[in-house]
Amino acid sequence: MNAPLTVALQAKDFKSDYKPVWCPGCGDYSVLSAITKALATLALRPENVAVVSGIGCSSRIPAYTTCYGFHGVHGRALPVATGLKVARPDLTVLVASGDGDGYSIGGNHFLHACRRNVDLTYIVMDNHVYGMTKGQPSPTTEPDWGSKLAPGGTGVREFHPLVIALASGANFIARAFSGDPNGCAALIAEAVRHPGFSFIEVLSPCVTFRPEQRGWKDAVRPAPVEFTDDPGRAARRLMTDDGFNIGVLYKGARAPYSPARGGTRPVQDLETAFHL
Amino acid sequence: MKQYAEFMARAYTMELEATERYAQFAESLETHNNREVAQMFRKLADIEALHAKRILEQMQWPSMPALPPAYAWEGDEAPETAPFDSLHYLMQPWHALEIALRCEQRAQKYYAGIAASKAPAQVRSAAREMAAEEAEHVRLIRAWMARVPRPAAGWDEDPDPPRTNE
Repeated sequence: MNAPLTVALQAKDFKSDYKPVWCPGCGDYSVLSAITKALATLALRPENVAVVSGIGCSSRIPAYTTCYGFHGVHGRALPVATGLKVARPDLTVLVASGDGDGYSIGGNHFLHACRRNVDLTYIVMDNHVYGMTKGQPSPTTEPDWGSKLAPGGTGVREFHPLVIALASGANFIARAFSGDPNGCAALIAEAVRHPGFSFIEVLSPCVTFRPEQRGWKDAVRPAPVEFTDDPGRAARRLMTDDGFNIGVLYKGARAPYSPARGGTRPVQDLETAFHL
Repeated sequence: MKQYAEFMARAYTMELEATERYAQFAESLETHNNREVAQMFRKLADIEALHAKRILEQMQWPSMPALPPAYAWEGDEAPETAPFDSLHYLMQPWHALEIALRCEQRAQKYYAGIAASKAPAQVRSAAREMAAEEAEHVRLIRAWMARVPRPAAGWDEDPDPPRTNE
């Protein structure tokens, strides 16, 4: 962390001494590796990066990095990150979440974070299940996926996060696969570089509660066409997407939200303003 | 010469990535109290680290060669790097060796491909040597596997499973 500024940092410099407690084989190990590789590629320094998360397996990520971290309240990573970025625009702010935390408990914040277009990178590790609480169906679980907790499946159609992100105003939309950590790292780096709210959905198998997701490695493929900057075309593409096209799918050109910053004031002045 | 140095830098990175991955696997299994397999992955990490060190010595490089900080293989990971999803919390030492065997086989194939390519003669010659070395590793791991008990059917059955699926 205190290496001279001239020394290029490596991925390992972004990993903390805390050992992940994820299940062996979990896709989140790979996402952690991809994040640290991306930060090294971007030549960032841990003290200039903050990783904010909510609750769930994937939300453990901040502790496993040497960056500033905030392991927040369930579903509330985005408001915390938004506040942080607005107050400290000099920081690179990454937000880590899962499909339950991000799309269900934090679903409303997801819509408005896309709409506000603050310069954040939102990485959602999607395994179509609540893993930490032992395998309940999540918003992205297939309607016919049955378990003892949802016999015969929920019968409820899945949430389509990429379509929702586009409709809500996200400026960068990509899908990655944890089985390709280098490809995932490249997408994260690209998302960080792109101004505004960048959303990356990472397919990250839960080998414990959804062991069949080990088969995702045979299902994923590079997106057959280049990304588009036309929201209409992106919408058609995302609506017909089968969920396994990997790559950048949309890159918008909307200016990020950046509030006018007033000058600093002494604390005494602020106290006067609050005086009853 | 430049291409030769680049080839050796890739070879070095390959060994380094394999070392890091095995070390990560060891940590993961230590966390899940599968100490026997964790120990096996530690041994494999040490072996790969030794291979990496040997390349540095051979090239008389004092430290890691000048590569981008997060040297990326085009597409997938390096051929000798085991995929993250290879693990199972109930796996046995034999499984760890099976993973290592696949990695060595992929590495052998990778080098054999370069040896048979139109790369400069010095690169092809080095690749031939590397392929022969990896073939030797394949043989050694097979011999090692023969000394380790082969898991019985149902090795992954947990009397108290975390899964509640039907």
